[in-house]
Amino acid sequence: MTAPVPAPTATVSRRSWWLVIATALLALAFLFGAMIGPAGPAWWRVPLELLDRLPFVSVDSGASKLQSTVLWQIRMPRVVLAGIVGAMLSLAGASFQGVFRNPLVDPYLLGVAAGAGLGATVVIVVNRASTQSWPVDPLPLAAFVGGLVAVLLTYLVGAAFGASKASATLVLAGVAVTSLATAIQTFMLQKNSEVVRQVYSWILGRLSTATWDDVRLVAPYVIVSGGVLLAHRRLLDVLRIGEDEAQSLGAPVDRIRLTVVVAATLGTSAVVSVSGLIGFVGIMVPHLIRFLAGASYRRLLPLSVLLGAAFLILADVPGRILSDPAETPIGVVTAFIGAPFFIVVLRSRQGATR
Amino acid sequence: MTSLSFAGVSVAYEKSTAVHPFTDTVRPGEWLCLIGPNGAGKSSLLRSVAGLVKYSGQILIDGAPLDLRSTRRRASLVAHVPQAPSIPDDMTAFEYVLLGRNPYVTYFGRETASDRDLVRNVLDRLDVAEFAERRLGTLSGGERQRIVIARALAQEAPILLLDEPTSALDIGHQQQALELVDRLRREHGLTVVSAMHDLTLAGLYSDRLALLHQGHCVSSGPAEHVLQAETLSEFYGVSVSVHRDPDGTVVVVPRRTMPLA
Repeated sequence: MTAPVPAPTATVSRRSWWLVIATALLALAFLFGAMIGPAGPAWWRVPLELLDRLPFVSVDSGASKLQSTVLWQIRMPRVVLAGIVGAMLSLAGASFQGVFRNPLVDPYLLGVAAGAGLGATVVIVVNRASTQSWPVDPLPLAAFVGGLVAVLLTYLVGAAFGASKASATLVLAGVAVTSLATAIQTFMLQKNSEVVRQVYSWILGRLSTATWDDVRLVAPYVIVSGGVLLAHRRLLDVLRIGEDEAQSLGAPVDRIRLTVVVAATLGTSAVVSVSGLIGFVGIMVPHLIRFLAGASYRRLLPLSVLLGAAFLILADVPGRILSDPAETPIGVVTAFIGAPFFIVVLRSRQGATR
Repeated sequence: MTSLSFAGVSVAYEKSTAVHPFTDTVRPGEWLCLIGPNGAGKSSLLRSVAGLVKYSGQILIDGAPLDLRSTRRRASLVAHVPQAPSIPDDMTAFEYVLLGRNPYVTYFGRETASDRDLVRNVLDRLDVAEFAERRLGTLSGGERQRIVIARALAQEAPILLLDEPTSALDIGHQQQALELVDRLRREHGLTVVSAMHDLTLAGLYSDRLALLHQGHCVSSGPAEHVLQAETLSEFYGVSVSVHRDPDGTVVVVPRRTMPLA
């Protein structure tokens, strides 16, 4: 005697439903993000202005040339960049959580954040003023390189002291490298206290100065990294049963882990270099998705991209209004949402295990 | 049906040797049960076939060396059920059993409709279809054990390795699980190698026993040959009495060393 097995279409359609909802949310967030802010066209003119840009569509939004410029050169790059950064951070977070089999792991785990912070500090300390006239701003580049060097160091230290299979060794090496980079950064700041303010405003994350150049700068890295990570979503599901069992099922565990870690690190370093450090996105968004749509990486990774983007676009809005005319750094906003969220998660986890 | 041969297989860890050269041939469709005290090398021997530890010597499947196979090909020949499988609480039973199809899916590929059909079929045959969409965390120990066996079966491997398949189960579920394995091996012509602690059950279900002690195979053969009170007391350091039921079942009963008051 056998019970009827649910039809395959049931799972398929449930999955695509989530995608539809997430895409709709992202579209709404995008529109909302474009509507709010100082000096642009009236909010109701924004959708018309956007429609006007579509090929074969011509709508008179009634916005002045200046307002239109504000929308297209200031607000739009900011919204798009927020979307890219949010998508990348939560995708990288979910992927790291997959390879390390720990839902509380964060995309900055292996020292990306501290390394990028140190790189940025070096540029600011050495002489910010003289670099302003350079054709290419060296600050994002230094942050990018700093992040990659830190992760490379983490890898070398982890590989020197741990067997190839010890994820815990790698994580501890990340902690050590983070501490080292932070210590060097603190030392440099102490010697050059006049730039503390500048460095902190970078560290706390900002999207306010976003330009289309920033978008063009990170897009290639994010596309490559995102593509590689999304392509690993089935294998991350295989890894959920542990390294040994995945191996006995024929999955090349070492290769999967290396590829995913490199791709996630590259993407994270790229977005950190233009946006500064924006915390909690990489833990909060995947966690929420696990809670709502289940823990399978086949669903988790695509949804992380869509909802991560939507989340950061929305989180960027209060910063523009809260302390007008000055900006509240986006890193502060996400921390304000993230910290209480975390406490709730920990509480409910505790309740669930008892 | 597929044979599995060990030709001087030894397993060494950094500081100790877990298995000294072990030579044996498991005939196609045979069930070999490894017995022996904790640390005798039973799990290490199974893990060497599953590709989880390095070994020296040769493991041959139908006469062909196993170490020449790719990991995926090996996984399509050998299914391994570990002693304590890790069960992600929030994974559904269907998702879990589907992982067994991994050897047949390319690196960036996805399971095909026929993979999914096969999984549904396996769940049906093990009478666990009703759990398909349930999360593993909500299943009982006996139900989980079936799901784990279902995953191994979805691998469609002709050789099945079971490491202590019954250690976490009550006596009823122990019998159920072993009956299930026995039925499946007859239906599918599986070659089975298991490690077990319960000597009576080991003798009851397997065709042949191999007694390991400190990495050496010290006795091998049918249950009535291996399960002798003197042999067991020598290698397990226990006092047991061995009974033979009229139907040929060998029953091993521990004896109190202190006389009953």
